[in-house]
Amino acid sequence: MKEIVVISGKGGTGKTSLTASFAVLGGRDVIVADCDVDAADMHMLLGPDFEAAENFYSGVIAEIDQEACIQCGKCADICRFDAIPVIDGKNIVQPLDCEGCSYCARICPVDAIEMAEQNVGDWYISTIKTGSTMVHAKLGIGAENSGKLVTKVKNKAKRIAEEQQKELVLVDGSPGIGCPVVSSLSGASFVVLVTEPTVSGLHDLKRVYQLVNKFGIKAGCIINKADLNPDVNQQIREFLKDNAIEHISELPYDESFTEAMTQGKTIIEFNDGELQKMVRQSWVTIKDFVNVL
Amino acid sequence: MIKIAVASGKGGTGKTTLSTNLASYLAETKPVVLTDLDVEEPNSGLFINGELTHHENKYKMVPQWKSDSCMLCGNCREVCNFHAIVQLVDQIMVFPQLCHSCYACSELCPSGSLPMTPEKMGELQEYQSGNLHFIESKLDVGQEQAVPLIAQTLRYVDEKYSEVNLKIYDSPPGTSCPVIEATKNADLVILITEPTPFGLHDLKLAVETMRELNKRFVVVINRYGIGNDDVVDYCMSENITVAAKIPNSREIAGLYSQGRLLYNDVPEFKAELDKIVDFISDLDREVGL
Amino acid sequence: MKIVFTSEGTEWDSKIDPRFGRTDYFFIYDDETKGICTVDNRAIAETAHGAGPQTAQKLFELKPDVLITGNGPGGNAARVLAQGNVKIYVGAGDMTVKEAYDAYQKGELKEF
Repeated sequence: MKEIVVISGKGGTGKTSLTASFAVLGGRDVIVADCDVDAADMHMLLGPDFEAAENFYSGVIAEIDQEACIQCGKCADICRFDAIPVIDGKNIVQPLDCEGCSYCARICPVDAIEMAEQNVGDWYISTIKTGSTMVHAKLGIGAENSGKLVTKVKNKAKRIAEEQQKELVLVDGSPGIGCPVVSSLSGASFVVLVTEPTVSGLHDLKRVYQLVNKFGIKAGCIINKADLNPDVNQQIREFLKDNAIEHISELPYDESFTEAMTQGKTIIEFNDGELQKMVRQSWVTIKDFVNVL
Repeated sequence: MIKIAVASGKGGTGKTTLSTNLASYLAETKPVVLTDLDVEEPNSGLFINGELTHHENKYKMVPQWKSDSCMLCGNCREVCNFHAIVQLVDQIMVFPQLCHSCYACSELCPSGSLPMTPEKMGELQEYQSGNLHFIESKLDVGQEQAVPLIAQTLRYVDEKYSEVNLKIYDSPPGTSCPVIEATKNADLVILITEPTPFGLHDLKLAVETMRELNKRFVVVINRYGIGNDDVVDYCMSENITVAAKIPNSREIAGLYSQGRLLYNDVPEFKAELDKIVDFISDLDREVGL
Repeated sequence: MKIVFTSEGTEWDSKIDPRFGRTDYFFIYDDETKGICTVDNRAIAETAHGAGPQTAQKLFELKPDVLITGNGPGGNAARVLAQGNVKIYVGAGDMTVKEAYDAYQKGELKEF
């Protein structure tokens, strides 16, 4: 089984629209995982039925039993995150500030602090419009540690792929270079980088590629909106060449991606124009790379 | 004194475009501090041509193992909730990228063998261009936690620029810890979105977050004209102020791609920026009272 | 000599798990006694971060001479493994444990 992870570093490059298009092209052969759990948008294009849902518990947060607490203030003293201020004479934990390190619970002289598992969101296993399965999630507000939810979503997708004997898992990865994207990348067979020829796009591509390179994962790149800026586009091509990143394709600046989105469709279902052919060709190219790995 | 955070649920909706243009435009008449808090992928600097005035490394505190006094009791490994400490037969290994700097291992070590020492996590740079002070922090690749660097950057700006009345913060995307850290002290949050289904979905999450934090916020719609009217309808039904609608334009996309500011070249954009400036002036008067 | 494989199952015909930190099992073969045993590492799936060092610690405690895996351990895990005298061979990601052992004996696997 192979795992293809699509990431972009910068937002708004068309990563999710493209990943959803590939999910439609892959049909029943691919299990889909939406690991962009902060802004999970792919479900809007793939029509999942939210058949199975489960709460997701992650990380612990300190809870003080006010009955048992003797207000000695030791917990507040040792907390490096200023998460236990004194309010009305009581030590009250601020859930959004607590990092869940458990230090306070360990040193409380009267054992008044418990570390409680946090319900930080929900995750779902759905049948999507291709007839295949998608694993996705919704993270609660200010939830910490989305890396763990990303890991959960990915692992579930892999298990399902094994059970159904599918060869491919397609992952819509997280943005940035921090913990969620690290979790998205772990175990990937091939990474598809989606970028755009803007100074920001190039800058973020370089940073996120450093991370991909640390993992030693083979990567390819799609330049979306390629005609927006020929100079930056050329710089991206050179960057790809210098780093032996496969140049998968270049797609034009085209608002039909957005038009398709407003109808809840991918570009594949939207029309049969030139753009659609190029996206199809991109998917064929990606599959060819993955097959020889 | 007014602090404005520019945020969005979804990435790529124009946070950086708005922050840099707004800050530069306002700086034509008064001092402004612009801070890029999207430390994972900071981009504001690509649009600000200032002179580098200051550079410093930023550190987080991590434990460092002292083999001579260690009794190999294993307590440190046990108390670390973040799996940042591994104990092998005769040694302790620390993994700084996984460490949250909670100090538990260090302070609970019976022999004091894990003193906390600084470890570089990123860099802060400061630029000046006329009235505009620009601060950018960048997380080192391989470091996984953005929040400590955001917190240190905020502290730096607060201390150094306590006398500057107008501060603008370019926030990270999403609704998780980094964006909460970046917006928690703001007087006003500008949520920028696109009039598309993705934009609306992520705007709703961002609105929920701002309501949870009891933040005052307004919406700016970028690429107005593309997609559909659902974002406008949503804001209307939720009584959310739409402070400006930046038109969808290939010209804007082209200028942005070159790393250029927009307000001098695109009059429609400047007109929308003026609406935001008016809104801020009203708020400033209100807060200043 | 003790040879450890990262594996997706507990049989000679099980596939090699290409991941090190998040491997499902360790399959351990002692080529002197011809004995086999396996260690279940599946609980690691619940860990968001630090899987590499934790798995490496577990492996370390098995005191192997050789590790055979797919992608090769990440930086954190490699740091731990460097502390022992474990020879690491990679590139067995698409093989079964049996095939990987044969390939190792023929010297076809790449040393990490």
